[in-house]
Amino acid sequence: MDNEIYTDIILDYYRHPKNFGKIEDAQIKFKDTNPMCGDIVEMCVKINGGCVMDAKFCGKGCAISQAAASMLTESIQGKSLDEVKNISKEDVLGMLGIELSAMRLKCALLPLKVLKVGVLNFLGGNLEELNTPELK
Amino acid sequence: MKTEFEVLNVEKIRRDFPILNQTVNGKPLVYLDSSATSQKPLCVIDVINNYYKTYNANVHRAAHRLATEATEAYEESRRKIANFIGAEQQEIIFVKNTTEAINLVFYSWALENLKAGDVVVTTIMEHHSNIVPWQQLQSKGVKLGIIDILTDGTLDLEQLKAVMSDKVKLIAVTHCSNVLGTINPVKEIAQLAHKYGALVLVDGAQSVPHMPIDVKDLDCDFFVFSGHKMLGPTGIGCLYGKEEILKKMKPFMFGGDMIKEVHLRETTFADLPNKFEAGTPDIAGAIGLGAAVDYLQNIGMKNIYAHEKELVRYAIERLSQVKDLKIVGPTDSNKRGGLVAFTLGDIHGHDLSQILDAEGIAVRAGHHCAMPLHERLGLASSTRASFYFYNTKEEVDKLVEALEKARTIFKL
Repeated sequence: MDNEIYTDIILDYYRHPKNFGKIEDAQIKFKDTNPMCGDIVEMCVKINGGCVMDAKFCGKGCAISQAAASMLTESIQGKSLDEVKNISKEDVLGMLGIELSAMRLKCALLPLKVLKVGVLNFLGGNLEELNTPELK
Repeated sequence: MKTEFEVLNVEKIRRDFPILNQTVNGKPLVYLDSSATSQKPLCVIDVINNYYKTYNANVHRAAHRLATEATEAYEESRRKIANFIGAEQQEIIFVKNTTEAINLVFYSWALENLKAGDVVVTTIMEHHSNIVPWQQLQSKGVKLGIIDILTDGTLDLEQLKAVMSDKVKLIAVTHCSNVLGTINPVKEIAQLAHKYGALVLVDGAQSVPHMPIDVKDLDCDFFVFSGHKMLGPTGIGCLYGKEEILKKMKPFMFGGDMIKEVHLRETTFADLPNKFEAGTPDIAGAIGLGAAVDYLQNIGMKNIYAHEKELVRYAIERLSQVKDLKIVGPTDSNKRGGLVAFTLGDIHGHDLSQILDAEGIAVRAGHHCAMPLHERLGLASSTRASFYFYNTKEEVDKLVEALEKARTIFKL
């Protein structure tokens, strides 16, 4: 694995993340960590009429996990919860625009996992719907 | 002036470690993660192979020749390890690692002897394995005293003295911090503990591999360590305990090999050390660790300590010149073991270790199983370069070069 993953875009999202913070009256709040490296991501999503009205994240971690979290909050604004539920691993990698080793994939996918568990809890869904092994 | 140590022939030593002779991502491997686990010399690998190839049998059970040979080799390893740290052979209990050794003391000593109102003292610089077990005592009403560090990364001994009372029953302290590198004055701490009738457990995971140890001189009551950080295989570690203390402790694992006599409704337990070694042990691991101890003694622990001290001095000197780099822990190499943790600007440890990996350099990043210490230092993570006697100053230079590259990639 070479160092081409640290693109200008990723470094910009790492240093100046969009939607960083909390939403006090969010219906969805969920937090998880990657114990191996200590990444922490918390997602807050405010819902109106089954759609995302606002989404923010906060946390600490590597450039990949924090950039992925920020990009994810941007991408779900206005989307229906069904659409959010169906965001895939490939979608996140597409946003990041880089290729990752198996170890770093965990960093990239932590925000998606947090978001999906939060949405599934809210919808009363089954966590088995987390359909890729990386998200479990 | 007469020196008390010999300068090591590292080039020759490295030939004993076949794994070091390889490229990673097209660059020669620079292995700076020995605090996580050390590499193994060929002689250790061969001894393990040879056991399985020529005399594999269960220990302490049968009278046939292979079993006799296996038992003799297993017990011979115990003698070697005892001798290595200045203990008696019946005071060495084989366990799987440092964590299990601490858990043995937790179950067999702490749970049996401590009551509400008693105090266990530990420190902010402990590995999780020397904090989490003691936290569990809080549900019994046992209080936990946690000693802080001073700004230079050394232990606050004044605070330790201040918290001592006859309520304190145990001080659990690391000999060498796996993040700060700080070497704690455990002999002095043991003296203090004994003045108040408390016992001392020393986590030697980061010290035994790197410096001469004499448990009788330190006068600690328990000393715990893992084999895999000192050239041995994974799956084997040791608990040293003073004989009179171990004798009074009840086993916490029951089953075969730890008994004298078993009747339908009652059992007499075996003597030390077998009382604490229920079930078939890691025979190959113990034999491998014995070979590792032979190898270390042949090189000489004083020589190893001197080599690493000089490496750390050099590393601190070079790393201090890297812009935006902050060293974690004491900058005086006399107060340190063979590792240096640091942060570089706003680069997360995980990102930094990936950039270093691309240069063939293996370091550890994260919280190093010391989250309370990182919280205390206000760090989300750190990056750690840890050395052993097979590392060189040239490798430190490569680390520094790669860190400069990381600064460029992250536009620092």
